[in-house]
Amino acid sequence: MTSHFWLMVLFAFFVSLIFAVLLRDDPREQLKTGGMMLGGFIVAAYVAGWLMYPLPF
Amino acid sequence: MGTKSTTAERQRASAEPWRLLLVCGLAWLIPGAGHLIAGRRQKGLIFLVALPLMFAIGLLLQGRLFPLEISDPLVFLGAIANRGIGAPYFIAKMMDAGAGTVIAVSYEYGNTFLMTAGLLNFLVILDAFDITMGRK
Repeated sequence: MTSHFWLMVLFAFFVSLIFAVLLRDDPREQLKTGGMMLGGFIVAAYVAGWLMYPLPF
Repeated sequence: MGTKSTTAERQRASAEPWRLLLVCGLAWLIPGAGHLIAGRRQKGLIFLVALPLMFAIGLLLQGRLFPLEISDPLVFLGAIANRGIGAPYFIAKMMDAGAGTVIAVSYEYGNTFLMTAGLLNFLVILDAFDITMGRK
């Protein structure tokens, strides 16, 4: 598996999972927080990737 | 800014030191064990599965387990992060895994998975500590 995008998604999934379980006690709240965090990580990485695209280094 | 603790908080903070040491030690050695001891079964099981799995994926991605080299601060910090996962680290070392393949496309991802798994386990240990102290 060498796709940078899917590796980033996998990494974001694990980090979101651990933080959601640490921060929330109710499973429904964990799912909501984890989902929002995962979405935020992916969107942020995607946007940061495109912002860095024109950089020459 | 410090805050004054109440009498109830001072009583809670006086949890037996041996129990704190046991919970934190086990939480480090086996990710999630601290929560399982504290009766947080759902959280403990998720940590028990997710953190070693993340570490294993890091090894599969040909990441490196860094040596404790004080002369190179970044490598030293990476080594501390690697060791945060506890028993899986020592199992990987016994199996001669984690040599790291610098030319592999996924090498940096592997390192990131390995170090982050250890660092997240440090947070899990702190959470188990708070639960044992009665703060959560």
